[in-house]
Amino acid sequence: MSSPNTSDSDPVALPPDDTTGVNPVTGIDQTVGDFTYDVKYDFDAGTGLTPATIDYISAAKKEAEWIREFRHKALKIFESKPLPTHWATKDLENVDFSKIRYYLASGQKPKRSWDEVPDDIKKTFERLGVPEQERKFLAGVEAQFDSEAAYSNIKAAVEKQGVIFMNSTQALREHPDLFRKWFGKVIPPGDNKFAALNSAVFSGGSFIYVPPGVKVTHPLQAYFRINAENFGQFERTLIIVDEGSEVMYMEGCTAPKFTTSTLHSAVVELVALKNAKIQYVTVQNWAPNVFNLVTKRGVAMEGAEIKWIDCNIGSRLTMKYPAVVLKGEGARGEVISIALANDGQHQDTGAKMIHAANNTTSSVISKSISVGEGRASYRGLVHMPKHLKGCKNNTECDALLINTNSRTDTYPAITVKGGENFTQHEASVSKVSEEQIFYMQQRGLTEAEAMSLAVNGFVNDLVRQFPMEYSVELKRLIDLEMEGSVG
Amino acid sequence: MSSSSSDPAAATTPEPALVAPAAFDSVAASLGHLPAWWADLKRKAWARYNELPLPRRTDEFWRFSNIRGWQLAEPFARATPASDEIVSALRMRSNLVAEKTAQAVFVNEVRVAQDSLPEHLAKAGVIFDSIENAVLRHPALIQAHFMAQDSALGSEKLTALHRALTTGGAFIYVPKGVEIEQPLVVYHWAAGGRTAVFPHTLVVAEDNAKVTVVEFRQSASDTDTTFSAGVNDLYAGPGAQVTYVSAQRWSRSSLGFQGNETIVQRDGRIVSLGLQLGGRQVRTESHSRLQGPGAFSQMLSLAVAHGDQEFDQRTLQSHQVPQTGSDLLYKNAIFDQARTIFSGLIVVDPAAQKTDAYQSNRNLLCSPEAEANSLPGLEIEANDVRCSHGATNGRIDGEELFYLAARGIPRPAAEELLVFGFFEEVLGKLADAHLQSVLRDLIQAKFQK
Repeated sequence: MSSPNTSDSDPVALPPDDTTGVNPVTGIDQTVGDFTYDVKYDFDAGTGLTPATIDYISAAKKEAEWIREFRHKALKIFESKPLPTHWATKDLENVDFSKIRYYLASGQKPKRSWDEVPDDIKKTFERLGVPEQERKFLAGVEAQFDSEAAYSNIKAAVEKQGVIFMNSTQALREHPDLFRKWFGKVIPPGDNKFAALNSAVFSGGSFIYVPPGVKVTHPLQAYFRINAENFGQFERTLIIVDEGSEVMYMEGCTAPKFTTSTLHSAVVELVALKNAKIQYVTVQNWAPNVFNLVTKRGVAMEGAEIKWIDCNIGSRLTMKYPAVVLKGEGARGEVISIALANDGQHQDTGAKMIHAANNTTSSVISKSISVGEGRASYRGLVHMPKHLKGCKNNTECDALLINTNSRTDTYPAITVKGGENFTQHEASVSKVSEEQIFYMQQRGLTEAEAMSLAVNGFVNDLVRQFPMEYSVELKRLIDLEMEGSVG
Repeated sequence: MSSSSSDPAAATTPEPALVAPAAFDSVAASLGHLPAWWADLKRKAWARYNELPLPRRTDEFWRFSNIRGWQLAEPFARATPASDEIVSALRMRSNLVAEKTAQAVFVNEVRVAQDSLPEHLAKAGVIFDSIENAVLRHPALIQAHFMAQDSALGSEKLTALHRALTTGGAFIYVPKGVEIEQPLVVYHWAAGGRTAVFPHTLVVAEDNAKVTVVEFRQSASDTDTTFSAGVNDLYAGPGAQVTYVSAQRWSRSSLGFQGNETIVQRDGRIVSLGLQLGGRQVRTESHSRLQGPGAFSQMLSLAVAHGDQEFDQRTLQSHQVPQTGSDLLYKNAIFDQARTIFSGLIVVDPAAQKTDAYQSNRNLLCSPEAEANSLPGLEIEANDVRCSHGATNGRIDGEELFYLAARGIPRPAAEELLVFGFFEEVLGKLADAHLQSVLRDLIQAKFQK
């Protein structure tokens, strides 16, 4: 989260000596999430990445030999691949891989009930602003604390339905056959440099298996956060939804502010078997020093549907292009993306739709907001190879530029073969009209409030697609980000 | 995200040459009567061409391009002057535009015909000459405008090659306030089995001048294989209006590159339309720089791709100052196994508030194996702008085909009609009805082959 309160010239800003952190305009505590506190780590792989690091992680996690080999192979791929700076920002060169801690774990066994969660970790939740009632409500929450899940309470009803929901480390031990069948298949380690990095050093993340014909009524959630300076988090999530089943998974992050860069590089693989439905919701708010380089991809079999709802706020650089491989006839893929880039931030987000079967359809809707010197980029890929029929894609990208020095880019790539398919791409760039702001100011709103309202209006139709508690959180985050952007 | 494994290899093995190393010798030999600065420019460009690598797979500017098409098994030789017989035949065939002011014909970069200008234009100071003559007679103009802009879309090597080897170019200069109603026409022919040509057209329209230039680039025979690396520079001074129409009809085994560098000053306006018909693999790069408030550039293109043709189109709309406009519309009709790549970018500099820019690529896929790649991009660094782009890929409407079939029109003819309908939006933007019909005839001729 950026702190716009430091600007002296800004009338909305707090005086620097105000320690309450509560902004008098919006009544929002902006210091939430801006903290760190000591944690004793039982396992610490130290800084830097060598084959020894991998042996250390593998030993600490008591992993099977095939996983260790998988990690070593991935490390070789990671080392052999150059940074993709021929198309991506040169800022990637500022990631110092030798100064990152690749594995930290407090060594706790994932907890089953709230009472068993250690007090310090409960304190983290307190600071996160997760209310007591909400904790109860979020029955399916898996809360990841650094590398290991600190808290895991699977709703009894979900378990009864035969749903497996646990952290990846545990799943590798308890359900190796289920895990291994799809692990690294949707996103092989060689897919890109950061997928290779994750494959080498992954720890934590969620594993979900939904058996055939089960509609999981409660969204499954995982809160996780980064809590140590110079500590990269490399969670690995694999969700397999069997024939005719449905699940919604939600992840949200807030992170403390740090002065040195941290790296977050997750891999998320989704498998939607015949007629299955997966919705994967992310609301992300990294600290402004985090490099967030994530590979997310789902495979949708016949009649299946995968929907990524992705909201990116914060971080120094986010590169994330949720993908759907439409592998079975009639499969459907959807990406809904909201990105907000503030000063010093670059949101390089987008979507990939790989059509690999007839009559598959995909839709991408992206809205980005650039505030101050923030830069939001949309990067998209739509691929329809030959011999396919009846494939359709619709892509819409809208960018809103708040300040005169804000920046936005759009880089789509669309390949279509054959005359039986149809794609459409549209993008527009706009600013909040002076008339709108003037109108609202006439009715007593401050300029900042008016701007906030306009921006919320710009993303409103997408925000409504988020689960309720997320859309509330999102609105608050946007309010926060918009403060100090005008005047 | 691709691996770089090929890069170290590319660095160690010598790259295949585009033209024979001796190509520059014949150019250098003829530099004697030209000024030293010109000779120097040519030598430097040749050295630069030799330094620069061929496009690589990891070059973003060459994404989706057939890189191998530029790695030649055998380099091309620079075209030598054609026989009198061929020249006179080609002069006869240089008759596409009936309503014109004057025309020039180049065969293998040698000017073989040149109409003199009507007296009132010559008196007003209009120049319509070869670039080599202009180097001697109007050095200041050539120094100011000949390839004054660096290529920004990936073709540094090809433009350096062009700069070094071009000897056959047309120079058109329209002084302040002079308006030329009917077009000036330039023909660039390439004749011979396997030859390289480097056609150039330089158009300078000073303040409030008005001119239309039409350029045809074509191979003399379908059996010739031409390699062409051409560049044209268009300059519209304050309030000037330039219309530039070009038609490319290289033989179907040819390899082509065409760079189009456009500069528009305050309240100037350039409309350019490129028609792509020939060649096996042809790349075009069009860059419009809007440098004065009120400047406007309209960038239009039509391509009909058949067989194994590849049209690789790169465009850049650079908005550098406040209150400029640009409007791009590229339409491709793709048949058989042909493929097209459209990669466009609108760049709005931080200072360029009140920019109004549009970019649109429409592809009509007319066969199951036709391929269209579309990369419409935006880079916007100012907030008070209107910028949008769109790209669509679709097919010929089945209902429309059925409608025509029901009226006894066979499928190929119906398709052709519908392609014409698809293209009409672009042709309709040309003010000159005669030029519209010239282009229609060329498109039709391709369908009849």
